[in-house]
Amino acid sequence: MGLFAMPSLGADMEAGQLVEWLVAPGDVVRRGDVVAVVETQKGAIEVETFEAGTVRRLIATIGQDLPVGAPMALILAEGEAAPPDQPATALPAAAVADDASQRPPPADLPGAKTPAGGVAASPAASPAARAQAHALGIDLSQITGRGPGGAILLADVEAAALSATKTATAPRARIRPAPGTEMRRAIAAAMTRSKQTIPHVYLSQTIDIQDVMDRLTAWNAQRTPAERILPGAIFLHATARAAVDVPQINGHWVEDTFAPAEAVNVGLAIALRGGGLVAPALMAADTLTLPQVMEGMRDLVTRARAGRLRLSEMTMGTLTLSSLGETGAEAMTGVIFPPQVALIGIGAPHVRPWIAGGVVAPRLLITLTVSADHRALDGRLVSQFIAAFETHLHSPEGP
Amino acid sequence: MTKDDIRICFLEELVKIAPDIDPGTVPPDAHLQDDLGLDSMDILNLVTALHARLGIDIPERSYPEIATPDRAVDWIARAMG
Repeated sequence: MGLFAMPSLGADMEAGQLVEWLVAPGDVVRRGDVVAVVETQKGAIEVETFEAGTVRRLIATIGQDLPVGAPMALILAEGEAAPPDQPATALPAAAVADDASQRPPPADLPGAKTPAGGVAASPAASPAARAQAHALGIDLSQITGRGPGGAILLADVEAAALSATKTATAPRARIRPAPGTEMRRAIAAAMTRSKQTIPHVYLSQTIDIQDVMDRLTAWNAQRTPAERILPGAIFLHATARAAVDVPQINGHWVEDTFAPAEAVNVGLAIALRGGGLVAPALMAADTLTLPQVMEGMRDLVTRARAGRLRLSEMTMGTLTLSSLGETGAEAMTGVIFPPQVALIGIGAPHVRPWIAGGVVAPRLLITLTVSADHRALDGRLVSQFIAAFETHLHSPEGP
Repeated sequence: MTKDDIRICFLEELVKIAPDIDPGTVPPDAHLQDDLGLDSMDILNLVTALHARLGIDIPERSYPEIATPDRAVDWIARAMG
């Protein structure tokens, strides 16, 4: 039994607006299928379902502003006709296609998130109803039960949630006063929180990439534009491999402890035209070949610019890479994207004097700076990561 | 294909990559990276699109030759012979 709810893209997100349904009642969805498009502070996001099943009802309507956690659709798992305690008539087949607006709104049901305090005697309610009410932040004492003896059933909780959704919609102006403004605020909130809560420690290394770039140039010269690889892909590839070698850098700081991540999902900081920055993740980047990394980056950048990133990409990053590209400043000490524990900053390559074999020669250099959460990482581990990065950067795989 | 045709193609592909650019007002000598803010991925996508559309393959070493709309149109016209 799944209520598909307005997702959160992070601690700083309060609400979003449904802009498109990509499913209809009766559609069968698999885990990972994109179900809806939601406009958020960070742009339009494609939201996937994390449960397989059949779409039974679309609760939210297009254009509706919904707080995080508000129910948007009812998706039942295969073979799961209704929750155990729910009468079969609660969701008759005929009601499946009902639009939210056609359902009779339950009378005098208050909105979600009633103020704390004033604890009423707990009314009779089914375990499923109790669990769902808790999950949705709805006070059971404010719900009229329609089960046996007035007991509150799951359907009653859903109805209350639906009603709350209608009344608790945020004014649209509050979500998007001007293009870019809300994204700026989201960035401001995340970066301020990062700097206020994460004790950053920084380690830098200058790396000679002349040979790597020479190989890449020769490789690209023999290929069509669609097959060419950018230096950024080589940096991301090396970052992902190094994160496998030093797993302590790949994960999240939650509840005063480091939770290592199983996958290496490298967030890629992408500047948007017109301002703003997003850092969607290239999922399982450590398992990709260099051409696959390039393809994935190209796809991410294209979709970031078009405003078509997915929720998983926006929320499941385990480590972020911020590369300044081919021109610009030579170094950057970045701000960690919480709850991640490290950000890899790479400045633009510059030709500088470099000593190799006792000889000074002009070489193309980058400055790599790792910003690390000192609660999770010590300098020694970060140094190991940088050494691993350099090794993978110069590995003969690919160009 | 005339230079005007090439210019139309070039600007159409440019606007697909940077939709905020107005093809009617973009200066013919605007630098794609310095003035119009394209990054290396944008340039690669533009070159890829031109390859698909016009069949001309702009090698990396020639990227400086297409740094502005004017120069790009000239280069492409030469390449298409």
